Amino acid sequence: MSKFVYADNAATTKMSERAFEAMKPYFIEHYGNPSSLYRIGVESQRAVDNARAVIAQCLNAQRPSDIFFVSGGSEADNWAIKGAAELGEKKGKKHIISSEFEHHAVLHTLDYLRKHGFEVTLLDVHEDGLVRPEELKAAIRPDTALVTIMFANNEIGTIQPIRELAAIAHQHGVLFHTDAVQAAGTIPVDVQELDVDMLSLSSHKFHGPKGMGALYVRKGIRLPNLIHGGAQERGLRAGTENIAGIIGMAEALKESVEKMPERNPRLEKMRDRLIDELLKIDRSRINGDRIHRLPGNVNMCFQGIEGESLLLSLDLKGIEASSGSACTSGSLDPSHVLLAIGLPHEIAHGSLRMTFSDENTEEDIDYILSELPPIIERLRAMSPLWEKIIKNAN
Amino acid sequence: MAYSEKVMDHFSNPRNVGEMEDADGIGEVGNPKCGDIMKMYIKVKDGIITDVSFKTFGCGAAIATSSMATELVKGKSIEDALKLTNKAVMEALDGLPPVKIHCSVLAEQAIKAALSDYYTKQGIDPLPIVGEIPECEECGLE
Repeated sequence: MSKFVYADNAATTKMSERAFEAMKPYFIEHYGNPSSLYRIGVESQRAVDNARAVIAQCLNAQRPSDIFFVSGGSEADNWAIKGAAELGEKKGKKHIISSEFEHHAVLHTLDYLRKHGFEVTLLDVHEDGLVRPEELKAAIRPDTALVTIMFANNEIGTIQPIRELAAIAHQHGVLFHTDAVQAAGTIPVDVQELDVDMLSLSSHKFHGPKGMGALYVRKGIRLPNLIHGGAQERGLRAGTENIAGIIGMAEALKESVEKMPERNPRLEKMRDRLIDELLKIDRSRINGDRIHRLPGNVNMCFQGIEGESLLLSLDLKGIEASSGSACTSGSLDPSHVLLAIGLPHEIAHGSLRMTFSDENTEEDIDYILSELPPIIERLRAMSPLWEKIIKNAN
Repeated sequence: MAYSEKVMDHFSNPRNVGEMEDADGIGEVGNPKCGDIMKMYIKVKDGIITDVSFKTFGCGAAIATSSMATELVKGKSIEDALKLTNKAVMEALDGLPPVKIHCSVLAEQAIKAALSDYYTKQGIDPLPIVGEIPECEECGLE
């Protein structure tokens, strides 16, 4: 294969060399258990403490102890939501507000809580993929225990007005959590400025190792234990720390935040050029607001073709992308995100998501622009749906 | 989920693709909401399917099963074509991932729908010969 373009950075990213180098000594050289009292244990403890401080600093958390290490974004979301539900239940509050297009780590956790007597309100995300603060205000009830709204959507990249949403929740004395898995390391995230109570992040989305994440919890919120056992993570999540993973995540987040001022304008330029050029294709559309959008996210629909055949064709040309399509997830339903922004099933089936990172270049965009339009043309030429669309239009 | 080499071959180089102007029978199955539509065209002479072509909107497996189904009935008698099963299409493609089995069902139904249309055009009731072609039962969407 001559050319390879990885355009699926919202799925996962390549490990950063810097993070990889930082992790290396913590497998064979420094293998001490942080809970041990002797020298190599203490060294490991220091390394973990230092990583926690780095992450706290990157998020502008008040204290390193506000950061809890977990196995990833899904665990962080589960803990925050189930924990807040348990806290609410003690006060007789059994209502949770979220949005229609959350990640399944949130939506399926809410389904679980429904089975345990909680009521859930899912806010509309409208055609532009944005939650309306006034609609949150209207949805809050005296028994609302938690508001959980994602920072940036994983499929269409729309960035929610988190500060406003958190302020509304707090005006009503309600806890606010945000799933910032797509935002942390990608765009500025300042937990004090946003005034959120809890925030989830995942290491492998910003060039850190997989299987690693963190939950920020504001001081004063006493989440119930997630894993019972030892004293790790202030006794709330027991188990010997994944030291190398923790070190790698901290280094990757630090690097990602450092590079942000250079990277984001560059990615925005690439993103906008790709969108503008692809919109010239007949019956194509961009999904989600163009302004409040992650710098590296492009999500388009091309009528008359199906997403998976588009992805396979791109893969044959060395372009790795993804789709909200039924087929990739093994279910026959199209993406819940695209349905939430009001797209009909037949259009939602033909979506293509391309997400870019530090690793991508303008040459990648050139290559996509040279390969993608002929693929769309070829698939449309063999599509009876396209034939109908054109016939009905004439 | 990975496709066999044969599936990828039929996906990237589909056989018998395109419209047929003077088709003797045209069948269409599936619906856009489910993400699959298959349209089959057949030309029949003396009870033999002399030519066949297809157009498909759908995933890789939908395109590959359509292509393989056309290959399996081309030059065959109507009688043999009616015996085509989704299993035969699948086997000819060296298998399909479980979630894609419905594509092979659709391909079998598309051939039957084209034969059904052929009989109708001949003034013959297709039902006793071809049997009923069920609505796509897999996806359950409206």
